[in-house]
Amino acid sequence: MNKILLIIKREYLTRVMKKSFLMVTFLVPVLFIGMMSLVVYLAVNQGGLGDVKKVQVVDESGWFANKIQSSKTIQYSFATDYAATKKTFIKNGYDYLLYVPATMSKIQLFGESTPSVINSGKIEDELTRVARARRLSEAHIDSAVLANAQTALSVEPKQIGENGETDANVMAKYGIGLVCAFLIYISLFLYGAQVMRGVIEEKVSRIIEVMISSVKPFQLMLGKIIGVGMVGLTQFVLWIVLTTVLSTVAGSAVGSKMSAMQQVQTAQQSQGVKTALAANADKIEPNKMAAVIHSFESLPIAQIVLCFLFYFMFGYLLYSALFAAVGSAVDNETETQQFMLPVTMPLIFTIILSQSVIVNNPDSTLSIWLSMIPFTSPIAMMIRIPFGVPWPQIAASMVLMVLGFLFTTWVASRIYRVGILMYGKKASYKELAKWFMYKE
Amino acid sequence: MISIRNIVKEYAGHRALSGVSMEIEKGKVFGLLGPNGAGKTSLIRIINQITAPDAGEILFNGERLNQHHIAQIGYLPEERGLYKKMEIGEQIVYLAQLKGLSESEAKLRARKWFKKLEIESWWKKKIEELSKGMQQKAQFVATVIHEPELIILDEPFTGFDPVNAEIIKNEILELNRNGATIIFSTHRMESVEELCDSIALLNLSHKILDGKVKEIRNQFRTGTYIIEYTGSRVNIGIDAPFTVLSETTLEDHTQLKLAIKEGHKVNDLLHYMLPLSDISKFEEVIPTMNEIFIQAVKKQQ
Repeated sequence: MNKILLIIKREYLTRVMKKSFLMVTFLVPVLFIGMMSLVVYLAVNQGGLGDVKKVQVVDESGWFANKIQSSKTIQYSFATDYAATKKTFIKNGYDYLLYVPATMSKIQLFGESTPSVINSGKIEDELTRVARARRLSEAHIDSAVLANAQTALSVEPKQIGENGETDANVMAKYGIGLVCAFLIYISLFLYGAQVMRGVIEEKVSRIIEVMISSVKPFQLMLGKIIGVGMVGLTQFVLWIVLTTVLSTVAGSAVGSKMSAMQQVQTAQQSQGVKTALAANADKIEPNKMAAVIHSFESLPIAQIVLCFLFYFMFGYLLYSALFAAVGSAVDNETETQQFMLPVTMPLIFTIILSQSVIVNNPDSTLSIWLSMIPFTSPIAMMIRIPFGVPWPQIAASMVLMVLGFLFTTWVASRIYRVGILMYGKKASYKELAKWFMYKE
Repeated sequence: MISIRNIVKEYAGHRALSGVSMEIEKGKVFGLLGPNGAGKTSLIRIINQITAPDAGEILFNGERLNQHHIAQIGYLPEERGLYKKMEIGEQIVYLAQLKGLSESEAKLRARKWFKKLEIESWWKKKIEELSKGMQQKAQFVATVIHEPELIILDEPFTGFDPVNAEIIKNEILELNRNGATIIFSTHRMESVEELCDSIALLNLSHKILDGKVKEIRNQFRTGTYIIEYTGSRVNIGIDAPFTVLSETTLEDHTQLKLAIKEGHKVNDLLHYMLPLSDISKFEEVIPTMNEIFIQAVKKQQ
C-alpha cells in the first residue's frame, strides 16, 4: 500500500511540476475567457471594431429624407443631385452612395469596393423600417397595436414527477447533458492517453524491470492510473476555479460596458416606432431569462454533479486500465494505432449517438442500453440524467460500471504484467490473448 | 542463502526452465552462465519475483521466497534504464524508498554513494543530461543502495566502458567482502570465471553443470601440458612417460603439447625432459569455461 502511495506521489508530482502542465492549466481558461470576451465584445459593439461608414443618400422618392437615423456604424447625409454626387462622393470622403429613385423600384448602393453584406443589410433594414412606418401610418394602424399583435407564443414544458410538476426546460437539459458528456469524453481521451504514454515511457527507458523488481506490476499500473487521474482532477478544479475567477472579473468589466451601451441605445431609440417595440421586448426578455434560470434551478443539480463525478472517475479508471494495457503491448507510440481503435470505438460511437439519438430520445431502448453498458454508460448516462432517470436504472448502471471497471482492470493487468517485459515482439491480438492466459 | 528447487517455467509452448535446481552459498560470488536463451534471465526474474515459476520452489535463507525478501535483493537487469526526465538524485531516493528505505535514510545513503563514485555534483541533473557512464553509475547505486544481502547482476559489464567496468567491479567485490552474496549472470563465460567461487551452467532450459569453479576445473582436467624448450629438437622415445599430441617448431624454440600416460606424474615428465633440453616454459592446459561448456553439452547429448 505504501508503495502504491509512493508511485502515485511520483506520477502526480512529475506531471504537475512540468512547465507544460502549468502552461495548459493556466492558458486554457485565459484563452477560453479571452475568446468569450471577444465574442461578447464584438456582439455588444456590433462591428464597432470596424470604422464608421458614411453614406451619401440621394432620395428622389422623398420617403426617407430626415427619417433615416444614423447609427453607431452608419451615418447618413443627404444630397440632391444624383449624377454629380455619384462622381464626387468618394472624393468627398463618403464610403457609399445610396440612390433611391422616385419609383423606389431599383434602390442602389454604390461603393469604391463592393459594399459588405452586413452594411448593405443594415441599410436595407433601416430603409425597410422607415418605409413600413410610413405605410402603417398611411393605413391608420397604430404601431403599438401592431407590436402587441406580433406576440410569439411559446410552450412551457412541464414534467410530472413524485414532487408534483416541475419546470422542464428542454434546452437547459440538452445543454447540461451534452456539456457533461463532452467533458467526460475529452478527459477520458486526454488522461487515458497520458497513462498510455507513461507506460510506454517506462518500457522505452527500460526502467520497467528495475521497477517491478521492487513493486508488483499491478501496483505500478494502479499507482500510475491513480496518479494521472489526480492530475486530471487537479487540472479540472484549477480550470473551474480560474475560469470562474476570470469570468467574474471579465464579466463585471463587460457587464458595466454593456449596460452603458444599452442606455445609449435606449436613448437613441427614444423616438419613433422602435420605442414601443423595444419596450415590449424589454417586457418579454426578463421573463425569458427568469424562465431559463428557473429551469436550471429545477434541474437535479446535486444528482448531476454526483453522477458526473462517479462516471468521470469510473469511466477514467476503466479506460485508463485499457490504455495501460495498450501501452504495455507496444514498444513505441506509433505502434499503438492498431489497439487504440477498439479501445476508443465505444467512446466515439457513443458521443456521436449522444448528440442525435440519445439527447432527442433519452428514454428509448437504445439509450437505456447504452447507459447500462460500462464502456458507453459514462457518456450515455450523463446525457440522460438531466431528463430524469428512474433510480433503479441509475443504480443498475453504477453497479455494472463498477463491475466493468473491476473486470477490465483485471484483464488489462494480466496483459500489462507480461507486456511490459516484452521487447521487440510485434504484439498481435493472438499474442495478447496468450499473455492473458499466462499463469501468475 | 538461496536454494533453487526443481524450477519449471513455461511460456506458451516454449520451455524456459525445466527442473532447474541449485544452491547459492551465502557470501559467495556465484556465476550463472550459459548462452543467450538458456533460461538465465527467466531464473533471475523468478528469484526477483517478477514472474512466478510453474513448479518448484525457491528458499531464501531457508524461508519460502515472499514479498518481504524484495528489500533484501538488489537487481541490475540486463535491460536497464532510469526515468529520463527525472533528476538523478531524486530518482535514486525514489527507487530506494520503493525498496523500503525511509526518505531521510535514502537521501543520506544516496549522498554517500554519489560521493564515493564521484558523481555528487550531478545530483540535480536529469538522466538525459548525463553521459552513459554516469547513468550506469547511478543505476548501480540504485541497485545496491538498500544494502541488499543478495545482489543479482544480469550481464553487468555490457555497456560499461573499461574504466567504469573496473570501478563497478571493485565496488561489487567490496560489497562481497562485506558479506553480500553476488549472482553474476552472463553469456560471456570467460568474463567472470576469475571472479566466481561457484558457477552453474545453463543450456536450453537445463542445468548441465554446477559446482565450485576449482572443482569443475579439476573435473575437466585432461592431463594435458605444454612444454617449451630452446635449442635443438629433442627426439622423444616411446619410453617417455607421456605422448606427444602436437609439436610446433618456431624460430628458436619448440613447443610440445603432451598428455601424461596413465600411472605417471608431472614430476616424471619433467624428470624425463630436464636432461634433454633447456626448458623455458611449462604449464598445464586448463580448459576455459567455454571449452568446459562445450564438453558438458556434448556429454549431455
